[in-house]
Amino acid sequence: MNRTQPLVLGIESSCDETGVGIVRGTALLSNTVSSSMDEHVRFGGVIPEIASRAHLDAFVPTLQEALADAGVTLDDVDAIAVTSGPGLAGALMVGVCAAKALAVATGKPLYAINHLVAHVGVGLLQPDDGGPRPFTGSSPENASPANPLPENLGALLVSGGHTEILRIRSITDDVELLGSTIDDAAGEAYDKVARLLGLGYPGGPAIDKLARTGNAKAIRFPRGLTQPKYMGTAEEPGPHRYDWSFSGLKTAVARCVEQFEARGEEVPVADIAAAFQEAVVDVITSKAVLACKENGITELLLGGGVAANSRLRQLTEQRCSAAGIRLTVPPLELCTDNGAMVAALGAQLVMAGIDPSGIGFAPDSSMPVTTVSA
Amino acid sequence: MLILAIDTSAVASAALVSDDAPEGVLASFSTEDTRSHAEVLAPGIDALLADAGITGSDIDAIVTGVGPGPFTGLRSGIATARTLAYVWGKPLYGMMSLDAMALEVAESTSAVPEFLVATDARRKEVYWARYSLADGQLPRLVDGPHVGFAADLPDLPAYGAGAGIYEDVLRADPDFSSEQPDALYLGQFALARLAAGEQLLDSTPLYLRESDAQVPGPRKRAL
Ligand SMILES: [Zn+2]
Repeated sequence: MNRTQPLVLGIESSCDETGVGIVRGTALLSNTVSSSMDEHVRFGGVIPEIASRAHLDAFVPTLQEALADAGVTLDDVDAIAVTSGPGLAGALMVGVCAAKALAVATGKPLYAINHLVAHVGVGLLQPDDGGPRPFTGSSPENASPANPLPENLGALLVSGGHTEILRIRSITDDVELLGSTIDDAAGEAYDKVARLLGLGYPGGPAIDKLARTGNAKAIRFPRGLTQPKYMGTAEEPGPHRYDWSFSGLKTAVARCVEQFEARGEEVPVADIAAAFQEAVVDVITSKAVLACKENGITELLLGGGVAANSRLRQLTEQRCSAAGIRLTVPPLELCTDNGAMVAALGAQLVMAGIDPSGIGFAPDSSMPVTTVSA
Repeated sequence: MLILAIDTSAVASAALVSDDAPEGVLASFSTEDTRSHAEVLAPGIDALLADAGITGSDIDAIVTGVGPGPFTGLRSGIATARTLAYVWGKPLYGMMSLDAMALEVAESTSAVPEFLVATDARRKEVYWARYSLADGQLPRLVDGPHVGFAADLPDLPAYGAGAGIYEDVLRADPDFSSEQPDALYLGQFALARLAAGEQLLDSTPLYLRESDAQVPGPRKRAL
C-alpha cells in the first residue's frame, strides 16, 4: 500500500446523505453526494427508514460518479474508508455493507471511521484542490509528519445530527469529547421550531432567513444548562459545563406561540425566529469558546451543516477573535456530511501507519470519539 | 454456470452454486441468528471464495434474495450483492426469498401439492406465500408474497420459522418449524430457472410495508 500519498475512497451513509469522496493524500479529487432530503420534507425531519432505503439505491451510482469525477479506477485505490458510526443504525448498515463488499471484491484494505472525527479530517485537505485553508500549524516546514495538526486544536460540530465540542491532540489516535448536547442536536431544534412556526423543512435556512427581518431582543428565550449548578467553575466544573440542551428551548418557543394565540394576537414569527436563533447561537458559541479557553485551544474548526447558518458563523468569528482563537470554516460542501471527509481521515490513518479495520467490524450507532477507527 | 447467491431476508447466508458441481453446490454458509448480518456476511463470502479457490472473474452471475424480510437485514445482502456485481461487472438477479424454502420443501420427503411458506415478519405478523408443486417440477408461486397475521392465512400445510412461531393457528410442519430461507436453495432455484430460460427478478427489495413515518398533522392552535 502507498503510505505517503495514498489514494483513498471514502463512503458516508450515517444520516440522509449518501457520499463517496476520493482523496490522494491531502488532495481532494472528488466529492459526490446524493441526498434524500427531499423525501423527508413532508415529515418535517429525517425518517431513518426512508434514508436507509435511499442509501441502498444511491450507493452504486454515487460510487460510479465519484470514480469518474476523480478520473481513477478501483484498481488505483490504495484503501477504502467508511463511516461506521455514530449515526442512524439502519443507514450506517448500508454504507458499511457496501464498503465491505467493495473490500471483498477489490481486495483493498478497509478502515472503519468515526464520523465526528472525519468532520475534522476535512480541515487537513489542501486549499488548491477545493479544500479549506489548512490550519496554520500544518504548513510543511513546522508540521511533524506523524501529526500534521496544529497543537491546541478544537472542533465545534453543529448539525441536524450532532452538537459537539472536541479537542484533537492527534487526529489518528487522540480525540476527546469536551461537551455535547444531552438531548436534541441544534439542527434538530431548528427543524422542530420551524415546524412550530409553519416554516417548513429543513428549518435552519428558513429560520436564518426570516430571523434577519426580526428583532432578536423582542423575546428572551432560555439558554439551556447555563445555571451555576450545571456550569460550576473552571476549577470545579459542574456536570454540564460544556454541554448543551435544546429541548427546553423548543418547549419555550411552543409556549410563547400559544400565548400569542391565546390572547388572539398575531404571532410575531420573525421576532420569534430571531430570538430563537439568538438563543441557540449564543449558548453554542459561549460554551464552545469557554471550553476552548479553559482547555488551551487556540485553533477551532467549525463543521457540520449548521456551519451554513449566517448568525452562527458571525458570532463564532466574533467571539473567537475576542478570545484570540483562530477559526477555520471549511467550504460548506465539506461541512455537511460527505464522503470526502471520510476519505480524508482514512488517508491520515494510512499515512500514520495505522492498521486497517478488516471486514469483521460492526457499525456502531453510538461510536465514541475516542474510537477514531475500529 | 457459476452463481454466487446471497440471502439476508432472515439469517445471513451465501452459496456458490454451479451446474457442474455435484448436487449443484460448491460451498455455502449460513448464520444462526438474524441480527449480525453486517458483521458476518462479508467475511463469510470472503472465506467462501477463498476456500473454493474462486475469484470474482470466475463467477458468471450474482443472485440476491430480495425479501420479504426485516428491512435492515434484507438491505445488507442487497447492498453487498449490488456492490459485488458492480465491481466484478457481472449480471445481478433477484429471487423472492421465500422461494428458497419452497425449493427446500419440494426436495424433502414432506412435500405436498399445495403449501405455504412463512417467515417471521415481527410485530406479530408473518411474511408468507403459497406454492403449488407438481411431480418432478419446480415449486410454482401461486400467491404472494404477503405480510399479515398468521390466523388470516389459507388453511394449508405451512413450512418455515414463521409457521413454527404460530403453530397454534397454522398447520406447521415440525421438521421445518425453525427453517429460514437459505442462499443455498435460492441459488439452486435460480440456476434451474435460468437453465429453463425463465426470467428472474431485478434486485429491488420487496419491503411489503411502508416506512413507519407519519406525516405530522397541522399543529393545534391554542385558541
Ligand atoms: Zn455529520
